[in-house]
Amino acid sequence: MSARSGNRFGRAVLPVLAVVATLLAVWYVAVVPMNVKEVLTQAEREGAVVVPPSAAERRDAGRWSLVFTNPHLLGSSWSMDRARLPAPHQVAQELWASTWVEETTGRRGIVRSGSFSNRSLVYHGGVTLGATVLGFVIGSMLGVLLAVGIVYNRAMDLSVMPWAIISQTIPIVALAPMIIVVLYSVGLSGLVAKAAISAYLSFFPVAVGMVKGLRSPDAMQLDLLRTYSAGKAQSFWKLRLPASVPYLFASLKIAIAASLVGAIVGELPVQRGGLGARMLGGSYYGQTEQIWAALIVAAVMAAGLVWFIGWIERRTLKAMGAQP
Amino acid sequence: MHWVCQEREFFWLGGLSVRRFREAMGTTISAMVFLPLFVLIALIALARAEADGGMAILWVVLFAYIGWQFVDALAGWAEAPGVARLVAPFALGAVVLVGWEVIVRALDVPSVILPPPSQIAGTFTGNLPTLWADFVQTILKGAMSGYVIGCLLALGVAILVDRYDFLRRGLLPVGNFMAALPIVGTAPILVMWFGFDWQSKAAVVVVMVFFPMLVNIVAGLADTSAMQRDLMRTYSASYWQTLRTLRLPAALPFVFNGLKVSATLALIGAIVAEFFGSPTVGLGFRINASLGQLALDMVWSVIVVAAVAGSLLYGVLTVLERWLTFWHPSQRR
Repeated sequence: MSARSGNRFGRAVLPVLAVVATLLAVWYVAVVPMNVKEVLTQAEREGAVVVPPSAAERRDAGRWSLVFTNPHLLGSSWSMDRARLPAPHQVAQELWASTWVEETTGRRGIVRSGSFSNRSLVYHGGVTLGATVLGFVIGSMLGVLLAVGIVYNRAMDLSVMPWAIISQTIPIVALAPMIIVVLYSVGLSGLVAKAAISAYLSFFPVAVGMVKGLRSPDAMQLDLLRTYSAGKAQSFWKLRLPASVPYLFASLKIAIAASLVGAIVGELPVQRGGLGARMLGGSYYGQTEQIWAALIVAAVMAAGLVWFIGWIERRTLKAMGAQP
Repeated sequence: MHWVCQEREFFWLGGLSVRRFREAMGTTISAMVFLPLFVLIALIALARAEADGGMAILWVVLFAYIGWQFVDALAGWAEAPGVARLVAPFALGAVVLVGWEVIVRALDVPSVILPPPSQIAGTFTGNLPTLWADFVQTILKGAMSGYVIGCLLALGVAILVDRYDFLRRGLLPVGNFMAALPIVGTAPILVMWFGFDWQSKAAVVVVMVFFPMLVNIVAGLADTSAMQRDLMRTYSASYWQTLRTLRLPAALPFVFNGLKVSATLALIGAIVAEFFGSPTVGLGFRINASLGQLALDMVWSVIVVAAVAGSLLYGVLTVLERWLTFWHPSQRR
């Protein structure tokens, strides 16, 4: 047992850890050339002698050559404020400060005010999560309904299906700002507008995947049900729907990721909170740590949502008697 | 009000007789009757949109119904089963466009909420030079250069991953994880690093297409049987010879799958990155700027450009795929 788990560690976990450690090391090294110009300017202001003395020369010089001509001045590379590339531990600090510290000690934090602070990533993540999940639920339900319509109605199959496929090839996210602005002008704002975009983005993947799933029973299985003289409804509930479950979950995973992207992009035009608003705000004011922290929260959220769908999938397939 | 009810009754009865008519006449004749009827009702609806006001919606419903009957009749046409497949999407497109036009004009929807298609078409043809410049900036410079670089980079890393098993076990889970993340969120950072011009958009596209491509190419390279690889070994083929003559061609269906997924991602990346800063040209910039002026007809024109670009790219990839992977079961007719 222990030998097997040790083997599993060596085969599966160790390589991933090695790759992640390499990426972090590359990140730490990359911080030096990325920030070298700002670091040198700051050092010069504090009285140090920088090798190309004029700022104009430094602007035109290569980053790596500046690193090699001033190696003794680079100590502050990893602690710069508003760095072009903040170091991983700076991002981690920002993440900690804008979640736990802000909520427990901040004036507007949950401990003192009773509601999540609008300066914390917990609040902004929650805003995005709400829109993502609401849009995802609406979009996938509509997608499933459309798929049922396509499978059971010949005219719908012929006319709607090509458009559903084409819609996958066009960047519909480009519609997002317009949907937000138009819904805002008719009085719908915030959650509903963002959920509309998320629903729109998760709608087509689910419809296409579900059509594939509902059509996956082969002719022999359908014939068998016909020999039982099963009706349309019975063959739907007892054969087509169960057969479509693996396809449904595969497309739900794609849909929830798309839904999150939709919610984030939907937060760009109207700055009313959310991870997208944090990112755009960070890029306006050069607060790079803030962008990175929001990005990491978005990544954790995406991974968590996809994992959650996968968990439901495993539970469902197990309950349906699938072999692991 | 009473009159409205009568109208509704009339359409209901009409539905019954349409069904009986189709049963009596057979497929060919009903299709030939429904086509001119379809066009005629479209023309009437368009002509009477302003005059009828809200009642024009009934014309749209009738139009959609006739369209449905027309497609349904065509689908049952045994002599030429392909015709319905070709015509049906256009029929639905016509229903949506005519319905949109008639309803917007009939209900007098302000064009800052939804402009009618005719106005969008006018704006589109009137601003062709601007839109072409935006297309060149965003699609050709931003999306395409990033797409090519990202795919080549993924191919290189995929070959490395394929050669060294340690990398496969380390990089693949990371790649799978990254492929599901909202990578478009790196756009503000990359725009800060590479400036407002197309280089930053290309960088966003590289990051966006890299992971889906990597996962697909690695899966494709693994898609040869032990027997095929053993055969290559009996020919004493080297790693690179095996790669070139057996494994890369065998990976092509997976590669094209990845290319198609990434093509859409590339356009999304290039457009969304412009929301975080751009020169005064580009599709994303045009969307934002026109939204500021509430020129929704211009926004829709930009969306038409993006849609055409996406479908064109997809079409080119499909043709290439059919040409290069003609041997694959999914391509057999």
